[in-house]
Amino acid sequence: MSDHVVIIGASVGGIRTAQELRKLGFDGDITVVGAEHEQPYDKPPLSKQLLLGTQSEAEISLLGEGGWEALGVTPRLGVRAESLDIDSMAVHLSDGEDLQYDALVIATGVRPRTLAPEVHELDSVFTVREIADARALRERADRGPVVIIGAGFIGAEAASSFRALGAEVTLVEALGAPFGRVLGDEVGAFLADLQRDNGVELLTGAAVETIEKDGDRTLVRLADGRTLSAGTVVVGIGSLPNTEWLEGSGLKLGDGVFTDAGCAVQPDGFGPHAESVFAVGDVARQIDPRTNKDYRVEHWTNAAEQAYVAARQIMDPTMAPSPPKAPYFWSDQFGLKIQMVGRPSEATSVTVHRFSVRGSEKKVAVYENDGALVAAVTFGWPRALGTCRQAWEAGATAAEVVEKLAALADQNTVASA
Amino acid sequence: MKLASDVVKCQGYGNCIAADEKHFDLDDDGLVVLLEETVADEDRTSVEAAIRSCPVDAIWLEGVGSEAAR
Repeated sequence: MSDHVVIIGASVGGIRTAQELRKLGFDGDITVVGAEHEQPYDKPPLSKQLLLGTQSEAEISLLGEGGWEALGVTPRLGVRAESLDIDSMAVHLSDGEDLQYDALVIATGVRPRTLAPEVHELDSVFTVREIADARALRERADRGPVVIIGAGFIGAEAASSFRALGAEVTLVEALGAPFGRVLGDEVGAFLADLQRDNGVELLTGAAVETIEKDGDRTLVRLADGRTLSAGTVVVGIGSLPNTEWLEGSGLKLGDGVFTDAGCAVQPDGFGPHAESVFAVGDVARQIDPRTNKDYRVEHWTNAAEQAYVAARQIMDPTMAPSPPKAPYFWSDQFGLKIQMVGRPSEATSVTVHRFSVRGSEKKVAVYENDGALVAAVTFGWPRALGTCRQAWEAGATAAEVVEKLAALADQNTVASA
Repeated sequence: MKLASDVVKCQGYGNCIAADEKHFDLDDDGLVVLLEETVADEDRTSVEAAIRSCPVDAIWLEGVGSEAAR
C-alpha cells in the first residue's frame, strides 16, 4: 500500500478518487493539486444550472461538509504539474516544488479547443469550462445577442440556458446538423428542430472566418460573407486533453494517457515501467477488454467510475478491476433530458423508434452494428435509459432492446390507465 | 444498511435504476423512489454502483458514503 497518494487535478475524477480511498480505509497522506484557485466544483452544471442560476456555487461543490479537513486531504490549489519524473517518483510543480509520491493519479482533464488567440483576448468571447466562465456569462444575458460557435453539447446547452434567461441566441454550426456526425442525420435533425422551436437562430454549414470588436459590439464574420453582431460570443468547439506536462515522461500518450482496465498508465514502447501511476477521467484513454480498443471518454460518470476503479487498484494492485460500465452521458436542453448509452460511432445503422407512454410520444434512437446494440439515445424518458443501459452491458441485440422498450411503454400505459 | 434519498436533489436522470432496479425506480414525476430501503449484504455492490452514478448525490447509504466519508 502507498503512504502518499498525489492526485493531479481537482475535478470530479481527482476528488472522487480521494473520497473512494478514504471510504476504503486508506490512512496515508493524500495531496490534491489543482490548477485553479477555486475550491473543487462539479462541471456539468456550468452550462446548465449555474448559468441559469437555479443552483448556487455552494450546491455544486465536490467536497462534502467539512471540506478538505473532513476528507483528510491536503489541497495545493492554483498550482500546476509541470513534469513527471517516473524514476524518482516525483511531480515537478509550477511553484518549484518536487512533490514525491508513492502512488500518482493523473486527472488533469481537458481544456476547450479555441479559435485564434487574439479572438479569445476579446472581453466578450468565452469558453465554458471553468466556474469563472459561468459566473461571467450569467451576468451577460442582457447585454445583447449571444452568438454561440459550435452546436455540440456545450453549445446546445448554453443556447438553452441563454434562451431561458431571455437572450436572443444564434447557434453557428460548421456541419450540416448539430450532432449529425455523432448521432446520425435523423437525430441531428430532431435536435436542430428542438433549437429552432425554442427560438434559437441555428445556422448550419456556417464556418467562422473572423471575430472582432467594433465599439461595444462583437462582430462574427462567416465565410459566406454574413456578419453577426453579438454582445457575447461563446465558443464550444470541442476539447483537448491536458497531457503536455507528461511529454518526455515515458508514458504512452496520444490524444490522452493510455491506461489498462485498472486505470494504470502504460509505458511508451519499451519505456520505463511507471509503478503506481494511474489516470482517470477526461484525460485517460482506457482499454475496454470487451472490444480490445481504447477509448477516451469525456463524460462525468466515466470519471466517477474510473475514480472508483483507480482507488481500488491503489489499495490492492493485484485486484482484478471491475468490468467497465457502459459509456453514459446526459444533456439537458429546453427542459428535455437527452441521455445516451454506448458508442454511436461504432454503429452501421440507426433507427428512431417511437413509443406511446401515458399518451405522450417518446423517442429512442437505437444504434446497431450487425444486429448488435452498440448505443441508444433516449429523449425525455429516463426510465428507458435504464433499460438500454442494462441491455448494452448484457450484450443484447438491437431487436431485444426494442422489445424491452415496448414492454416498458405498455407497462407504463397500463399503470396510468 | 439503510438507503436514503432526497427528492429535492433528484433531477430524474435515472442512472440509479440502470445500476439497480431492485431498490430504485422513478415515479410519475420522474423522481427517485426507493423500492426497498433495507439493503442486504449481497446487494451492496449494485446499490453502491447506483449511488456512485448519481450526478446530484440524491441517494446514499445511511452512515456511509457521501455523508460520512465526505
